[in-house]
Amino acid sequence: MSAPGGITRATLAKDLRMEWRSKDAVNSMLFFSLLVVVVFSFSFDPSSEESRQIAGGLIWVAFLFAAVVALNQTWAREIRNQVLDAYRVSPAPATSLFAAKVLGNFIFVSVLEALMTPLFIVFYRLRSLGPIWQLLIVAVLGTWALVVNGTFFAAMSLRTRSREIMLPLLLFPISIPAMLAMVQATTAILNGEGARFWIVLIATYDLVFTSVCLLLFETILNAE
Amino acid sequence: MKKLFPILGILSGILLSYALYQGLVVAPTEQTMGNVQRIFYYHVPSAWTAFILFFVNFGASIAYLIKRRPAADMVALVSAEVGVVFCTVVLVTGPIWARPVWGIWWTWDMRLTSTLVLWLIYVSYLFLRRFSSSGETPVLAASLAVLGALCVPFVYFSIWFFRTQHPQPVMGGGGSIDPRMLHALLVNWLAFSCFAFLICWSRYRLEKFEREVDHAHAMRSLRDPATNIEREPYSERRA
Repeated sequence: MSAPGGITRATLAKDLRMEWRSKDAVNSMLFFSLLVVVVFSFSFDPSSEESRQIAGGLIWVAFLFAAVVALNQTWAREIRNQVLDAYRVSPAPATSLFAAKVLGNFIFVSVLEALMTPLFIVFYRLRSLGPIWQLLIVAVLGTWALVVNGTFFAAMSLRTRSREIMLPLLLFPISIPAMLAMVQATTAILNGEGARFWIVLIATYDLVFTSVCLLLFETILNAE
Repeated sequence: MKKLFPILGILSGILLSYALYQGLVVAPTEQTMGNVQRIFYYHVPSAWTAFILFFVNFGASIAYLIKRRPAADMVALVSAEVGVVFCTVVLVTGPIWARPVWGIWWTWDMRLTSTLVLWLIYVSYLFLRRFSSSGETPVLAASLAVLGALCVPFVYFSIWFFRTQHPQPVMGGGGSIDPRMLHALLVNWLAFSCFAFLICWSRYRLEKFEREVDHAHAMRSLRDPATNIEREPYSERRA
């Protein structure tokens, strides 16, 4: 294992261990998305047919909001003990820190999705007409899109006043095309239609934004 | 340079009045839409001007990330601000035109939606500039501008595909355009671009003065801390 990979692995292991012990991020995300599900089902009161039409939107909006809760906490603990300053003076590449954070958040949000999806299916009486493995692809690519940009913008909003508000303000506009693609792909698959275009679109989006975020992260980390 | 500024001001004044005359009097009345269609001469040039300014913002942000010159950062700031204003004009005149012609204020049509998303992206850019502490603003803002500009093709393609699956609203486009209309449109565009450049320039000068004043105050308080009681940095006061 090369040095950058080692740093990524160490940071990731540390984050996972801390999360395993406190379970702060996953718990708050879980409860938050549960609230969103309940509130939505009260406000729309959908039948089984209707819920197939709107489920894609509901699921992803709930996950997006919940992800913001976790993303806001990502960098907070690194600030507290001047870890970021230490990281800045160390020769370790900034991209491996970023990769570790993205992977960590990806795991947290995936856990959330794995736990919440059965609940969605029960509450909204969902039954997919299309293949399930396609939904899985959409989930992985879509979560990656949210998490890459979210981690980047969380690092960005760390330097601003009222950073909790700043993250959604930055993240949501840029995520609109990804969100649109995720929602459309999910709805299409649930209704048994083709979703090839949307999946390709999210994959391209992931590719472009992952590389640019990796490229720019060092600049952001060292901004002063 | 200082003499050029009033000259440009007078020039854009003349151009704007000539363009107004062209748009309201010379250009023929449209067959089906009537006089309402004349808002076209403000709507479309504003959109083009806004897009150019956003493009300038992208270029200036990349230039800042590479060269780290404060001037590039100021150009980026100014073009985003003025671009958002022109984009707002587009989003306001659009519904005013749509209501009598289509019978609705708003439709989630491709062009409308992508312009709205573009507006959202650049408003979030201005938010970031406003909320971040002054020293880091340029770098953070430039990075966001690059990401925002990269997002534009995705917005365009996703909404294009999203909309082509649904029935299209009746658009005013298609068919040929009267040469006098085209003339009025281009004259208006020239006038608007000139006007936008004028605003950008004066905003640029203002920003430059603000930074010089901030710098001078910082230097003075370094020399003699006792004098630093009256004035906070401009960026802090705005909060």
